[in-house]
Amino acid sequence: MATEPAFGLALPTSTGHDEQTDARARGPWAQALHRFSRNGSALIAALVLIVVIVASLLAPVYAIWIAGVDPFSSNLESEITLGGERLPVLAPSTEGLGIGVMPIGPTWQFNAYFLGADEQGRDVMARLLYGGRATLLIGSLSTAITLVLAAFVGICAGFFGGWIDRILSRVLDILWAFPVYLFAICLSIVLLNSRIELGPIVIDSSSLIIPIMIIGVIYVPYVARPIRGQVLALRKSDFVMAAIGLGVPPHRILIRDILPNVLTTLIVFVPLMMALNIATETALSFLSLGVQSPGASWGTIIRDGQSLLYSRPWVSTAPGLVIIVTIVALNILGDGVRDAFDPRAKLRP
Amino acid sequence: MMLAVLLQRLAQMLFVMFGISALVFLIFFATPGSDPAARIAGKNAAPETLLAVRHDFGLDRPLPVQYVVMMKKLFVTQDLVSFVNRGLKVVPAIIEATPVTLSLVFGAALFWVLGGLLVGILAAACRDSLADRILMILSLTGVAIPVFWLGEMTNLLSQNRLHDTLFFSWVPALGYVPFRADPIGWFKALLLPWLTLSLGFIGIYGRVLRANIVETYQEDFIRTARAKGISETRVLLRHALRMSLVPFVTMFGLDFGALVGGGALVTEVIFGLNGVGKLTYDSLQSLDLPVIMASVMYASFFVVLANAVVDMTYVVLDPRMRSH
Repeated sequence: MATEPAFGLALPTSTGHDEQTDARARGPWAQALHRFSRNGSALIAALVLIVVIVASLLAPVYAIWIAGVDPFSSNLESEITLGGERLPVLAPSTEGLGIGVMPIGPTWQFNAYFLGADEQGRDVMARLLYGGRATLLIGSLSTAITLVLAAFVGICAGFFGGWIDRILSRVLDILWAFPVYLFAICLSIVLLNSRIELGPIVIDSSSLIIPIMIIGVIYVPYVARPIRGQVLALRKSDFVMAAIGLGVPPHRILIRDILPNVLTTLIVFVPLMMALNIATETALSFLSLGVQSPGASWGTIIRDGQSLLYSRPWVSTAPGLVIIVTIVALNILGDGVRDAFDPRAKLRP
Repeated sequence: MMLAVLLQRLAQMLFVMFGISALVFLIFFATPGSDPAARIAGKNAAPETLLAVRHDFGLDRPLPVQYVVMMKKLFVTQDLVSFVNRGLKVVPAIIEATPVTLSLVFGAALFWVLGGLLVGILAAACRDSLADRILMILSLTGVAIPVFWLGEMTNLLSQNRLHDTLFFSWVPALGYVPFRADPIGWFKALLLPWLTLSLGFIGIYGRVLRANIVETYQEDFIRTARAKGISETRVLLRHALRMSLVPFVTMFGLDFGALVGGGALVTEVIFGLNGVGKLTYDSLQSLDLPVIMASVMYASFFVVLANAVVDMTYVVLDPRMRSH
């Protein structure tokens, strides 16, 4: 069952046999954990992600203790000492007409502008670490919103059926057909340019809650539709039929039979949705529709580096590399989680 | 029977179009926080402008009337004007920008279909070997690269760092060249944007195609084909690939529509191609709401239409689809 599907002739190996005996001895969670722990590439991906997360969490440590900079305020006049030489962080530009400033390039020394400075003299390395906090926070919270909303909608539509299903499915149809970036553009342009007051709660336009909500909402149909399908299939399954026949009340069937099955599907979605949400956040921030200045996210920094692309390419290059590493790791982790919960899914895209 | 299914699909399409337009309308006209007239008129508009906007869009009348007025301005009279960029007629501006977006997306589509087929077939042919693994890792990396970053890196090399070398000396300055004016210039201006936009899709399509072919290999008809003594290449290309192309085509329809409908925005911005996406982006920067509203509406209608066409093609081509 877990062997590779080469030609359909592959003989069951001894590990495959072990797993079959395991299936009787352990629950699905223990089995999944067991399978995951033997997936080398998924473990490496998890390790890479942990490094990225820890580095982002340590951003204040770096900014305060190592570099001694404030990544959020402009720094127009300061100087640093490098190899016994005093250098301004922002030197007058020597290129073109000589107007404007040329920020310091990468020094490759952790205590002084490792990746150089941006146009406002802010330490790019410190902003990269802080940007990681924002990007990862938005990525994970919006994933949580997507999954909770999608599970609620999908389970309601699939379990109760009837007019609830019809209404929810039509709403999902509309959201599904609405191109995600256009939807996000509509929402952000309205939300970012007005203060939202919901009774006592006031959301400022620079709040991270706005991109979190936007990204959390736009992908709901992508998860809700498969969940609805799964719940529909579960409702017709023999064990649910048996429970109904035994007179088990619907809420008990929902909690004991439907939810645990949906939960594993949701877990499989977590890393993949996080990758998608991080990609969306960076794109929106790049378009100035996500994290707002002076705040930093990986997308914001690439945007900041756009005007310095030819003179100080590292400002834009570094966050891009970090995004790629993070998204690749999340995808590999996602494949690993999927294979761990459902080895047969390996065959499906 | 087939006609009934087609009509049903058409009705669904119209319903979704109505839903999206109502949603866009509500987002712009009925979200709390600021006056819709101020939103439409742009930053720091004069009081006269605000008054004119209020009258023009019927903002003192009930919401359903406002919706009808806006839809009429967008699709019937097409006389929506920008207030930030005075005198700009929005709908003609969008129509004028469309060929640029279509040139970009069609060319990229060609590259990603060919690239996706090549990667998918190669990886499936030598599945579970080192070459397969390397191809899959490269595809995954291609998927993970943000397209706007890839565009910047392409510009960094082709316009600046390596511009004077043999590889990139042919690259023209950023911008679009109309096909009619100069076909070769058009091709040169678009080649790098095409490659940039298609890379991620080559990764996705390659991975999906490989997975589909590998899955198809388990089917009985493949075993039958092998038993008949057909060569392995023929089994792959004539039998396994053919079955695997169905989801490939579905995905293509969806992605193509999505790219024309806004997905190519960042690529247009980075390469200075003044298509619909660039128009939307520029109006985002100046908060020019009429342009944003119109391009969002036209683009999402295009996507809905494209999806409906793909679905209907299936109904016509595949008799099994007609029962639903």
